[in-house]
Amino acid sequence: MSEPPNAEQKVDPILEVSNLTVEFATYGGNVQAVRGVDFHVEHGETLAIVGESGCGKSVTVQSIMGIIPMPPGKITAGSAKLNGKEILGLNSKEANKFRGVEIGMIFQDPMTSLNPTMTIGDQIAETLMVHRHVSKAEGRKRAIALLEKTHIPDAEKRASQYPFEFSGGMLQRAMIAQSLACNPTILIADEPTTALDVTIQAQILELMQELQRTENMSIILITHDLAVVAKMADRVAVMYTGQVVETGTVNDIFYRSSHPYTLGLKVAMPSNKSDRDKKLTPIEGSPPDLFSPPVGCGYFARCPHAMKLCEHHQPPELLIAKESSHTSRCWLQHPDAPAVEGLHQPGVDHAG
Amino acid sequence: MLVRTDNLQKYFDIGRNQRLHAVDGISLDIAENEIVGLVGESGSGKSTFGKTLIGLHHRTGGEAYFRDKLLPARFTAADHLKYSKELQMIFQDPYSSLNPRMTILDVVGEGLHIQGQHSRAQIKELVADWLAKVGLNADHMSRYPHEFSGGQRQRIGIARAMIIQPKFVVCDEPISALDVSVQAQVVNLLEELKQSLGLTMLFIAHDLSMVRYVSDRMAVMYLGCLVESGPSNELFFDPQHPYTQLLIESNPEPDPDHERQRKHIPIRGEISSPVNVTAGCRFADRCPKALAHCKTVTPKVTKLSENRLVACHLFE
Repeated sequence: MSEPPNAEQKVDPILEVSNLTVEFATYGGNVQAVRGVDFHVEHGETLAIVGESGCGKSVTVQSIMGIIPMPPGKITAGSAKLNGKEILGLNSKEANKFRGVEIGMIFQDPMTSLNPTMTIGDQIAETLMVHRHVSKAEGRKRAIALLEKTHIPDAEKRASQYPFEFSGGMLQRAMIAQSLACNPTILIADEPTTALDVTIQAQILELMQELQRTENMSIILITHDLAVVAKMADRVAVMYTGQVVETGTVNDIFYRSSHPYTLGLKVAMPSNKSDRDKKLTPIEGSPPDLFSPPVGCGYFARCPHAMKLCEHHQPPELLIAKESSHTSRCWLQHPDAPAVEGLHQPGVDHAG
Repeated sequence: MLVRTDNLQKYFDIGRNQRLHAVDGISLDIAENEIVGLVGESGSGKSTFGKTLIGLHHRTGGEAYFRDKLLPARFTAADHLKYSKELQMIFQDPYSSLNPRMTILDVVGEGLHIQGQHSRAQIKELVADWLAKVGLNADHMSRYPHEFSGGQRQRIGIARAMIIQPKFVVCDEPISALDVSVQAQVVNLLEELKQSLGLTMLFIAHDLSMVRYVSDRMAVMYLGCLVESGPSNELFFDPQHPYTQLLIESNPEPDPDHERQRKHIPIRGEISSPVNVTAGCRFADRCPKALAHCKTVTPKVTKLSENRLVACHLFE
């Protein structure tokens, strides 16, 4: 893992998402699940989108893939450009040209994401028959090769088995094999290891890193686990209440945390180095209701450093470091803000 | 010792003359006011051990003691009534462990109601008290479980177990279903209750960093057997059993620099089936250090130091 290329040698990102806004109509009114999300993915890198349940991280990528049910879902604004081509708002026929082809996706729960009535081999072959128009025999042959690529032992025998005959870790491998069928340029992994044990998690994460190198893919990794982020990510976007509150390189996020929420997540977890006597600091309260999101900063109610200003005025995305495009949506990054212990505030005049 | 098991066994008959060895001879001591963390992969028998220990499963063999008195192998209704005052459990899934048709007052107060020593008004008062202690509001009493978030339900589960003022609580993955920010709230709450009530806990979880943080002592299970136990920091930073070593090595740390320097040799293979197991070390087929006799001879428990036990042929 290396720091991403600096601004001079900037290449066009593979995927560029801007101002993505998604709502869901429910009995109680419209839930504003995603509120103006911007991010981009560069060639060969891993972008981690991290946040708690309900922060909109899954809805963000599902909207890009065009797999949220519409209605009740509705993309009210924004764009997502894959290699310069708009992919939001396509009909399903057009969307199927990139979905599963240029962007592959794997999910948290492989048991419910694979068809229980089809053998693993047939499911992978089906992907190839639909998108690559190969024969059934050829599809099966390639399916076995893909299963071997994801290190499933006895791939030939396993291809004829059904999902219930696989363990959780093996199913996740099979799903990765399927997502790789059409050599995607981006793999979206939505909480791929949350349901797995740490030992199996380590195996799957290593497999993803290996395939990223050999297949030359970019990965969008969605997770709530900062330890997984530390292991996998080149860049990170931290989401809260449907917005990206901080984004930067993995080192920016961990060592130069510039948003109180990022900082809060970090101190809420036990570090393996810290003393056991040190008390964990929870983030008090719970995320706000997204039926009527707060007018000001979404984190206002839980933020230990909240100021009067934060309640009524939405903080803009403030630049922390130009070279790594490190940004934070927090008023504490304003030049006139007070200094806060533990928070990285390079633009703030600490003398004042 | 407040709680002690000696060679505790729980087998399940799963038909066709097959037996699932969920818990296969576990001897564990838990001292008063101690938190023992129990870790292991899914399918290693952690939850079954916890449930068997407090009588929610009938044990197949071995012994379980509470305050040096042998607990019955099969709890009768009267036994449950008697022991539920002292032995309680907090369940993993805050969604399925609360009856959706009962109000929070009924859920939390049910134990007291069954014990039959409090009037309805007293129960209401105590429930209000406990809801406040776990960070909820007394107004929440008339609501139903579906009106609460995962973190709040977990606290309701904690209040339900604690209102009885038990001596010993089995916490079965109490934080696995919660978000990071809320995990810390629940862990701190358990810690406070340990201090204020002198509680003793068996803390079952698979998040190694959290278990190290919460518990005084850690025990590692693999396929129904204890492979290693010892004081949390010692076991975490200086694991001896090959399985513990691999388990801790697989545990990622929220620190990118550390992760980049880590040597990556994740453990091979997956946990095997606990059905009809034979003699030999359960971990032998995945163990990088396995010796010839590991597959045929069951390793004995070896005492490494005052508090540290390991079951591995490398130490015999």
